[in-house]
Amino acid sequence: MYLVLFLIFGGLCVAGALNLLFQRHPINSALSLIVVMSSLAVLYLLLGAEFLAAAQVIVYSGAIMVLFTFVIMLLNAGREERTHGSKAAYAVGIPGAAALLGALVYIFLSNGKLLGPTLLGASWVVPTAFSATLFRDLLLPFEVTSVLLLVAILGAVALARKEH
Amino acid sequence: MFSGSVVPVSWYLVLSAILFSIGVAAFLIKRNIITVFMSIELMLNAVNLAFIVFAHRWHQVSGQIFVLFVMVVAAAEAAVGLAIIIAVFRARNTLNVDQVDLMKL
Repeated sequence: MYLVLFLIFGGLCVAGALNLLFQRHPINSALSLIVVMSSLAVLYLLLGAEFLAAAQVIVYSGAIMVLFTFVIMLLNAGREERTHGSKAAYAVGIPGAAALLGALVYIFLSNGKLLGPTLLGASWVVPTAFSATLFRDLLLPFEVTSVLLLVAILGAVALARKEH
Repeated sequence: MFSGSVVPVSWYLVLSAILFSIGVAAFLIKRNIITVFMSIELMLNAVNLAFIVFAHRWHQVSGQIFVLFVMVVAAAEAAVGLAIIIAVFRARNTLNVDQVDLMKL
């Protein structure tokens, strides 16, 4: 059952990512990225990260992708056209990414025995353990991220403002 | 050992590597600045999956907390990045990265 769920949602992830790569219209790419992120949330849940699965749906497939689709519609982005640069990128990008994938897959599969298995429900991280580490041991980094978010909000408003 | 209730850690890592490589390829191939930006988000998600599977394997909370910080930084990055894209579109009236190669108009 666990294996079946992994295969279904892992397959959905790969299919969505490939669809992002092959679609020419940005709105189709954005919608397939939402599929990838939602399937990743299910995989997080299988790995016992229940809080992060919820955060993935709310922050990534909710907030960030809504922002992306909103900007695509605001700017009325059309189909992308092929240019000189895209031919060079095809010549370099596809073999480079394939070489990276080959190296990573070789390393992971040759060390598969060493890495061991994952079991369903073997290590649920309860939100109390998660928040104890976050709010006690890592309080300073947590507070610094709030400053980062404030700076990001101010920067976004300043950049997107119309100049008169 | 590999019955229906067990998935090897390496399979999750291979899935993460596949997603990351597709993100790299999309980053290099795509010509629309918004799609390029979306492929960065895809790469961040792939790394998050690797963090969570390692946190699961070695029963550590810190891997999951790192993912939370990655999400916060990704949200901040998306807000600022999309604001920059809107500013670029106002200045150039295009979203093609090949036509956004000058520092000044």
